[in-house]
Amino acid sequence: MTLDSVDRRIVQATQAGLPLVTEPYAQVAATLGLTESEVIARLAAMQDRGVIRRIALAPNHYALGMTANGMSVWDVDDDRISELGTQIGTLPFVTHCYQRPRALPEWPYNLFAMLHGESRSEVQEKQAQVAAILGNACRGHDILYSTRILKKTGLRLRDD
Amino acid sequence: MTRPLRTVLPPDALDSTDRAILNALQDGFPLTPRPYDDAGADLGVTGDDLIVRLARLRDLGAITRFGPFFDAAEMGGAFCLCAMAVPSHRFDAVMTQVNAHPEVAHNYERTHALNMWFVLATDTPDGIDRTARAIEDETGLKVMLFPKLEEYFIGFRVQA
Repeated sequence: MTLDSVDRRIVQATQAGLPLVTEPYAQVAATLGLTESEVIARLAAMQDRGVIRRIALAPNHYALGMTANGMSVWDVDDDRISELGTQIGTLPFVTHCYQRPRALPEWPYNLFAMLHGESRSEVQEKQAQVAAILGNACRGHDILYSTRILKKTGLRLRDD
Repeated sequence: MTRPLRTVLPPDALDSTDRAILNALQDGFPLTPRPYDDAGADLGVTGDDLIVRLARLRDLGAITRFGPFFDAAEMGGAFCLCAMAVPSHRFDAVMTQVNAHPEVAHNYERTHALNMWFVLATDTPDGIDRTARAIEDETGLKVMLFPKLEEYFIGFRVQA
């Protein structure tokens, strides 16, 4: 575990969101009995260590009109996946792009890229752009549309 | 989250400043005593205006979260994408069994023989296997694990 008990309390105090007040870190500090500078220093250290990926907002794609989202999956030549995955990851309509293990025989795909669009036909156009980049390094592909959100809570540290 | 996730905002719900905020604050947020003032300065708004706009975007459902994004693996835990092929007549019952685990952070129904895709987020690396095995025992269905091997970027941009 790379978090000490103070870090952990800071994580718990902020995992639902940063307070929308002029001095949010001072408010977090006050609830934890810490100083503002300690909270800022610890958040900065956690960010440097990669425990915090970033302090940022997460847009709701659906509310913003991106009502079609497809998890596109690709069977990409292992020798080229790093180079090609990096290229796919920079496309503005791709939100999550990962290499994952295949699960043969039923699952031959090793590159996952989430594609967002206002309609399935727009998502399909974007899928074609990805296919063009992958070219003959791709042996097969599929796309899985989400039809229902069954749960969405994000990470929660247990309070223990 | 009290607001339904699947509601599309009317096109005029966001002005150009809102869109600039949505884009800019996906990348990061200052660790300074008055971060809204500092982030607002780059966007041409006061800190108070930025706070009001973020609160409104959150209440509208245009953003799902604003704050630190933690990396479970760096905190000593783990994340893993999982999939199951659930017979349609059992879908809702299995969904209830899966969602009952607090380790299940997101869960989506998708268009594929593997029709249930969820993310496990756990405090410890062995929590992934333990939770997956528990779900298999409860449901009698195989849980396929797709841990990320490499990440190529995460981003999303609205038209500014």
